[in-house]
Amino acid sequence: MPPTPCSLCQTARALVKRPKTGQQVCKSCFFEVFETEVHNTIIEGNGLFKRGEKVAIGASGGKDSTVLAHVLSTLNQRYDYGLDLYLLSIDEGITGYRDDSLETVKQNQVEYGLPLKILSYDDLYGWTMDKIVSQVGRKNNCTFCGVFRRQALDRGAAQLGVDHIVTGHNADDIAETVLMNIMRGDIARLGRCTAVTTEGEDTIKRSKPFKYAYEKEIVMYAYFKKLTYFSTECIYSPDAYRGHARVFLKDLESIRPSAIIDIIHSGESFVLQEGVQRGMKAMQTCKRCGYISSNDLCKACALLQGLEAGLDRSALRQTQDSTTLAPDGQRTIPKYDRHATAFELSTPPKIELHATEGIERAVKAIAL
Amino acid sequence: MSVVATEMPSTSGLGYSHSNAPEQVASSIRQDDQLEIRIEFGGGLHLLFSQKPKYTIHIPRTIPSTSQHTNVKYLIQWMKENILSEREEMFIDGDTVRPGILVLINDADWELEGELDYELQNRDEVVFISTLHGG
Repeated sequence: MPPTPCSLCQTARALVKRPKTGQQVCKSCFFEVFETEVHNTIIEGNGLFKRGEKVAIGASGGKDSTVLAHVLSTLNQRYDYGLDLYLLSIDEGITGYRDDSLETVKQNQVEYGLPLKILSYDDLYGWTMDKIVSQVGRKNNCTFCGVFRRQALDRGAAQLGVDHIVTGHNADDIAETVLMNIMRGDIARLGRCTAVTTEGEDTIKRSKPFKYAYEKEIVMYAYFKKLTYFSTECIYSPDAYRGHARVFLKDLESIRPSAIIDIIHSGESFVLQEGVQRGMKAMQTCKRCGYISSNDLCKACALLQGLEAGLDRSALRQTQDSTTLAPDGQRTIPKYDRHATAFELSTPPKIELHATEGIERAVKAIAL
Repeated sequence: MSVVATEMPSTSGLGYSHSNAPEQVASSIRQDDQLEIRIEFGGGLHLLFSQKPKYTIHIPRTIPSTSQHTNVKYLIQWMKENILSEREEMFIDGDTVRPGILVLINDADWELEGELDYELQNRDEVVFISTLHGG
């Protein structure tokens, strides 16, 4: 087959077939369109960022967050966003996995000259994932890890005095989440999982600048830019529900590449009727640790209580409406206060979360 | 990039004597009816190939017992039979690679090169990258 010329510059040899558009582009046009599309996601509407904002990049050392750190540093300079960027990493305490990937993050810290903060589950919760898995087993441990990571990122961001966390979630991840929320009947999450930015009453803003970036292009970008990233599968994740959704999605993509963006579009098009939204629980703060929660106890405090009580997987069914005092000897998850900035004082944060957790309460909400 | 000395063109006329050439070196000299292909793994795929991230292999120029030029489809089959060390289903899906594995031929997306039907040339470099692991 003779070399195909780039469909943009018409001169250089095309090296990438873009899954979103089918365009065949050369290396330098690929860098340009990829970066420009992320820039467009950032400036769309009112824009993701405010000038002077302190932004933490949730960095795992994996491909997505490594490429995000690279692209965001590049765009911050090229378009003068005026952002103060940090790397924030969570050490889940998974021997032979996270300890190695954190080495990659430390390398990124040097390469991009960004300050790095590492916060561990052990420090926050008194439990590493290794210890949690030895108690609850390998099934469903991802639920603990997911709840704990989300809170850990928020708490780490508060410690850094950061206004905004960006994560490397890409179009494939978001399409997967749409599918999972449909399969679980989680209409509340389905309604918000496609939002590029989410913001709670007390939590820090979270954004996904790679919302429209295909995983294939992120990996190609990392390959052509020769970025170092860590790519070992989590040793505890093989039977996670998400894995099945992912394989299904990849099968769909191989038949029709636009499937990923189509599923995101479907997710965006779901609108919850107002009556359903009203039936959902209002947000409050956890009576034990002060984190934002739709129950008296936040999900992390409830899970932690189950773990401390020596429960196995049944810790997942620990009620979130139990007594607000921690049982004797159980630690309270430390809460870090964020330094107030002028921006926050002048602009009261919007409440966009009408969160319910899981199908039980989504169904409750419909019943109301 | 590592190229085994015995495969450099400049050494081709030197005439190795069989007595002092170790057996595995002798067998790795490319025959005229063979192709030398470099293979590289990314995204954790090397774990399925005896933990080795790079291979230089020699495969027949035509698919055995056919007159068809060796293509990527045959290469994947060859890899499965010769160097894939574990969890076959993580690499192979039918007669192609599992969805989510990117393939580059001489640094170009294989979707531009004809995918399985691409006819391999001597000294081609084929890279396989898994996208299936966390970000």
